[in-house]
Amino acid sequence: MAKIEFRHVSKRFGAVEVIPDMDLVIEDGEFAALLGPSGCGKSTSLFMLAGIYLPSGGELLFDGHLVNEVEARDRNVGIVFQSYALYPHMSVRDNILFPLRFKKTPRDEALARVKAAADLVRVTELLDRRPSELSGGQQQRVALARALVKKPQLLLLDEPLSNLDASLRLSMRTEIKSLHEQLGVTTVLVTHDQIEATTMADRIICMRAGRIEQVGTPDDLYLRPSSLFVAGFIGSPPINLVAGKAEGGTFTADGTRFPVVGASGEITVGLRPEHLRFGEAGFAGRITQIEPMGREILYVVETGMGAVRVLEQGSFVGHTIGEQVKVAFRPENSLVFETKRQKLIVGAHVRTPA
Amino acid sequence: MVASLRGVSQTMATIADELIERRGHAASATRRRTNFVIFLGPAIVLTVLFFIVPVIIDIAVSFTDLGRSLRITAFTTEQYEKVFRTDRRLTQVIGLTFVYVFGTLAIFNVTFGLILAITTTAIRNVSGSFFRGVWLLPRMSPSVLYILLWLWAVSPTEAGLVNQVLMQAFGLDAPLDLLTSAPIALIIISNGFIGASMGMIIFTAAIRGIPEHLFHAAAVDGAGTFATIRFITLPALRWPISFVTIYQTLSLLVSFEYILLLTKGGPFYDTTVYALYVYRRAFESGQYAYGAALALFLIVIGMVVALIGWRFFDMERLLQRPRIEVH
Repeated sequence: MAKIEFRHVSKRFGAVEVIPDMDLVIEDGEFAALLGPSGCGKSTSLFMLAGIYLPSGGELLFDGHLVNEVEARDRNVGIVFQSYALYPHMSVRDNILFPLRFKKTPRDEALARVKAAADLVRVTELLDRRPSELSGGQQQRVALARALVKKPQLLLLDEPLSNLDASLRLSMRTEIKSLHEQLGVTTVLVTHDQIEATTMADRIICMRAGRIEQVGTPDDLYLRPSSLFVAGFIGSPPINLVAGKAEGGTFTADGTRFPVVGASGEITVGLRPEHLRFGEAGFAGRITQIEPMGREILYVVETGMGAVRVLEQGSFVGHTIGEQVKVAFRPENSLVFETKRQKLIVGAHVRTPA
Repeated sequence: MVASLRGVSQTMATIADELIERRGHAASATRRRTNFVIFLGPAIVLTVLFFIVPVIIDIAVSFTDLGRSLRITAFTTEQYEKVFRTDRRLTQVIGLTFVYVFGTLAIFNVTFGLILAITTTAIRNVSGSFFRGVWLLPRMSPSVLYILLWLWAVSPTEAGLVNQVLMQAFGLDAPLDLLTSAPIALIIISNGFIGASMGMIIFTAAIRGIPEHLFHAAAVDGAGTFATIRFITLPALRWPISFVTIYQTLSLLVSFEYILLLTKGGPFYDTTVYALYVYRRAFESGQYAYGAALALFLIVIGMVVALIGWRFFDMERLLQRPRIEVH
C-alpha cells in the first residue's frame, strides 16, 4: 500500500503541455477517482503513476520515495486498461500468471496465487480459456485478477467500465468497490463518467485541461462545486445555469427578478433540477416536455430565462405538456458563481421570486 | 363493367411484372457473363499464357530429344532416366540448393528481417524509417548494378572493398579471393541483403499493428525488453513469419539471377543451385529436353514445399478465420 504524492508534476509531449503543474496527495488505502472530460490529462496522470510515461518535471512520490525515474516494472503497480489489454495468445491462467514470471515466484506459490486471484474475481472456471473466448465482463475480471495477483501497492483503473453494458457496469461497480474494501489497496480510478466516480470513490479529483479543478468527496463536488465547470460536470440531469446581473439585492435574468444575498455584479445562478419544485409561488413557465424516468420525472419548462429542467420524485406524472407552472426552490440549494471568474461565491444565495 | 375492367388491368399488371422479372433475369445473367469476362478474363488469359501453356510445353519437350540442333528426332523417356540414374551432379546441386535456400531464409530473410523490424520500430520513428530505407536500397537498385558493386567489394585484388578494409585496418598481408574461397557464403549474403527487406517490411507492419496497450501492460507486469519481444511481439508475428517463410522459400528456389551474375554458378559447379543448373543445362550446354525435365521437377518441388509449408504453419486457419479482433 502506498501514499501517492504529486509535487508540481508536469508532462509534455513534444511542444504540447498536457499537464502544466499538478499537486495532489492520495492517502494510503484511499479510493480516488480522476474525473474529467476526454483530453483533460487524467489518463496521462494515471500512466505517470504506472510508469508508462515519465514526468517531464516535478516530483512523483510513493510513500515519500521519489519514483520519477523508476521504470514501470519496478513500481509494483497493477493496472486495468480500458480495453483490458489481455495477452491474446495466452490462456487466462497464463495471463494472470504473467506478472509473477518476473518476480521469480516459486511455481507452486505462483499457481496458488493465480488460483486465489481468480477466485477473488470469480473466473476460476475460465482459467484454460483464451481471452477471445470470454465476454467483456469476464475479460474485465481477468484483467483485475492479473492486476491484483502481484499484490500491488497501487491499483490503477483506466476507464474500466466503459466497455461494459449497462447492467454489467452496475454490478462491476459494486464489485470493484467491495474488492477495494476487502484488500485496502490504494486505488486510482480514471473515468469521464461522474456516476462511476461518485459511486465508487472516496474522493474525486475533478480535472479540466490538465489542471485540477476541485478535489473533494462526492458530496463536496455535488453540493459545493467550486466552479461552474464542476457544477456543470457533476449531476445528472445537468444543473440549470442562469446568467444575469445582481444589483442592490436583486438578481435579474432576462426580466425575471430574484432576491439575492451576498453577491453583486455579473453572476450565474446554478439550480439543480432535483432541487426545483412546482408550487404556488416562483418563476413562471410552461411545460414543453415530459420525460418519465421510472423513479422520477424530468420536466422541461420554458421560462423567460430559457429552458429549465425540473426533476420530480415519484412515478406519478402530475402535469401535462402546455401547463402553466410556477417553479420554486429553497435558497440554501441555490449556487451563485461569478460569471467572469466562474468561481463559486461562498455564502451567496438567491430566493424564489415572490 | 368496372369490376371486369379492374380484372383486366390486374391481369395486365401481372403479365408486365412477369415480363420485367424475366427480362431482369436475362439481363442479370448476361451481366454476370460480361462481368466474368471483364474481371476475370485478363487474369485467366495471363495465367494460361504464361503459366499453364509453358508447363505443357515443358512437359512435351521433356519427352523429346531436343538438343543444340533444335530438331526433334524422337520421343523418349531418356531425360527422366538421366535425372534419376546417370546425372551424378544432381545430388550435389540439390544439397547446395538446400543449404542456399534455408541458409538465406534462416539467417537473413526471417531472422535478420525480424531483427531489423524489431530494432527499427523500437527507436525513434525518423531514425527507424531511415534505416529501413537503407535496407530497402539493395532491393530497389537494378540487379546488375547491385552485383557490380558486390564484384568490386569482393574483388580478389587490393582494390576490392573487403580487401582494402582487411589489409589496411587489420593488417592482412595478401588480398583474399572470396569468390573462390567462400562462394556459398557470398551468394547467401548477397541474396540475403535483398531478401531481408521484405521480411522487414511485413514484420514492421505487423509490429505496428500490435495494440500499444499490450506493451504498456507488459511493462507494468514487469517484462523487460527481451521478455516483451518473446511474449508480446513474437506471438503476434506468427502469421507474418509463416507467410514470409513459405513465400521466400519459393522465390529462393526459382531465382538465380544474382548467382548467375556474381559467380556464374562457379567455381566449377560450387554455387550452381537447382534453378541455375536447369538454366546451365538447357542454355549453356544446349540440352533443352533435359533442362525441361529438370524444370518439371522444380515445379513439383515448389508445389511440395508450398504444401508442406501450408500444413506446417497451419495457413488454412489464417485464411479461414477473420483475424480482426476488437481491442
